[in-house]
Amino acid sequence: MQIYVCVKHVPDSSAVITVLGDNQIDENVIFLLNPYDEHAVTEAVKIKNSLPDSEVIAVCLGKDDAEKTLRSALAMGADRGILVVSDAPHESIEIARVLKTVMAQDGIPGLIITGKESIDAKGMQTMFRIGALFDFPVATNVIRLDIEGDIAIVDSELSGGAVDTYEMSLPCVIGAGRGLNTPKYPTFPDVVKSKKKVVKKIALAELDIGTSKADMWIVGLEPLVLVRKPKEITGDTDEVAREVIRILREEAKVI
Amino acid sequence: MKNIGIIIELDEGKIKEINFGMITLARAPDSDLFAFVLDADVTAVREDLESYGITKIVDVALASDQRNNPAVRAKAIANGIKEYGIGAVFGLSTATGKDLLPRIAAQLEAPLVMDCFTVDLENNLAWTSRYSGKTSASIKVTGDIVVFGVRPNAVEPVKGQVSSRILKFDGSRIVSRGFKFVKRAAGDTSVKISLAEADVIISGGRGMKNGDNFSILSKCAEKLNGAVGASRAAVDSGWVPYSMQVGLTGEKVSPRVYIGCGISGSIQHFAGMKTSGLIIAINTDKHASLMADCDYSVLADVLELIPEITRHLENG
Repeated sequence: MQIYVCVKHVPDSSAVITVLGDNQIDENVIFLLNPYDEHAVTEAVKIKNSLPDSEVIAVCLGKDDAEKTLRSALAMGADRGILVVSDAPHESIEIARVLKTVMAQDGIPGLIITGKESIDAKGMQTMFRIGALFDFPVATNVIRLDIEGDIAIVDSELSGGAVDTYEMSLPCVIGAGRGLNTPKYPTFPDVVKSKKKVVKKIALAELDIGTSKADMWIVGLEPLVLVRKPKEITGDTDEVAREVIRILREEAKVI
Repeated sequence: MKNIGIIIELDEGKIKEINFGMITLARAPDSDLFAFVLDADVTAVREDLESYGITKIVDVALASDQRNNPAVRAKAIANGIKEYGIGAVFGLSTATGKDLLPRIAAQLEAPLVMDCFTVDLENNLAWTSRYSGKTSASIKVTGDIVVFGVRPNAVEPVKGQVSSRILKFDGSRIVSRGFKFVKRAAGDTSVKISLAEADVIISGGRGMKNGDNFSILSKCAEKLNGAVGASRAAVDSGWVPYSMQVGLTGEKVSPRVYIGCGISGSIQHFAGMKTSGLIIAINTDKHASLMADCDYSVLADVLELIPEITRHLENG
């Protein structure tokens, strides 16, 4: 089975983000494999190891530099990578079309896994768009995935810790949640071995992704800074408790 | 005349308060507001919906064995959107919405902005946070149908009385090919209000010392009709489940009051709660980041202070 993992090259969550111009950021910060995609890669490799004749292919849309993220996926056990190179920013409608086209061109997906969201855009929708384009069933925030024959049995986490169980026919699309597994970080030999693995680069212009009437793009970007000046509440426990309740009642008006 | 769709979230047949802010945001001059209500007694919610400006209530009936199937629910709403010529759709960016809205948008190949703080419908612009909550982005959407996921509690509800008509929509023959709902396991039933919806959140971090101490927070939260959250440190220590995590890789929340108890306040935690109305930090470490980036700081042991607050609340 060909297992495709869609990965994204994202700024580190602790990076300092500087806005440039109207709608860009200074990309001179550390970028890495989107944390939720680490769960996706780990799960794909786990399934590959239990199914003979399987292959894990990591696919990514990004700038040339995104090869680093694909190399991370390869070090975690993916067999090969495909990078669709584009310098332009892309939103999910386009991203899904690009990834769908490149997967369909490369092989026959038996299973597609990606992180339930990316930490930079948090659009939470690319997996559903890929599913719709292929007409494959989709589940997101998946915390358990079992493959039995041509059926995927998944647990998807809802709010308050409730869990739904679904059965989906393969091929299907999975949005990996944090509870799915513990990412298997590469050892030094894994990293060395991954350097020999192939990353195929395709220019976006070479792909025919069709056209959509719908579009979305960032028109403006501003630092989200809410300056707070803390006032200290002092006194003994009784006094502090009274003051907190006064604030809840009179200022926040929640009681 | 514009037709605007609003997906109403219910809790056991009752309308959740968080819908009213969303309806307020969706209201536009010279438009018809269609509220989609799935599998419920619409007469029980009609009065509330009318008081916020809903002019059409779409009463969607599903087959009894498909009620919990998210793929069927999404398809029913997507079909209704097409049937009634709706151009803009609003839903809530709750756990349910995070599954439902992308399914609908994908099916319609419509643009979707999740977790919006606000929307300018006239210009098809939506504002949300990008880059781990460090920036605010305005996003332009184009298409025959556009979809917005509204962050709960982001908009103050304002009433606007109208009268409504009920439209019956038969979704009982809708099925989902290749996708079967098997079962639902209830989560923590002691949780009365979800993190995304709560007006008050009391969160615990490393300073809680162990999982048992979280009951101190639950007791206080109960008195405030609030929810209990946690930092990643507390979740990773195995003290509380992941569903309670607030932060970049957990729930992103905007309550009116956020009380951080023994939480250092990492960048990642901050990304999940920085848009809270009022932040109170309680910590024995005055150098904790949250103590410098809040509205009120208290240098105290949460294990002593919170029970005291609970006691005062109990005694009125």
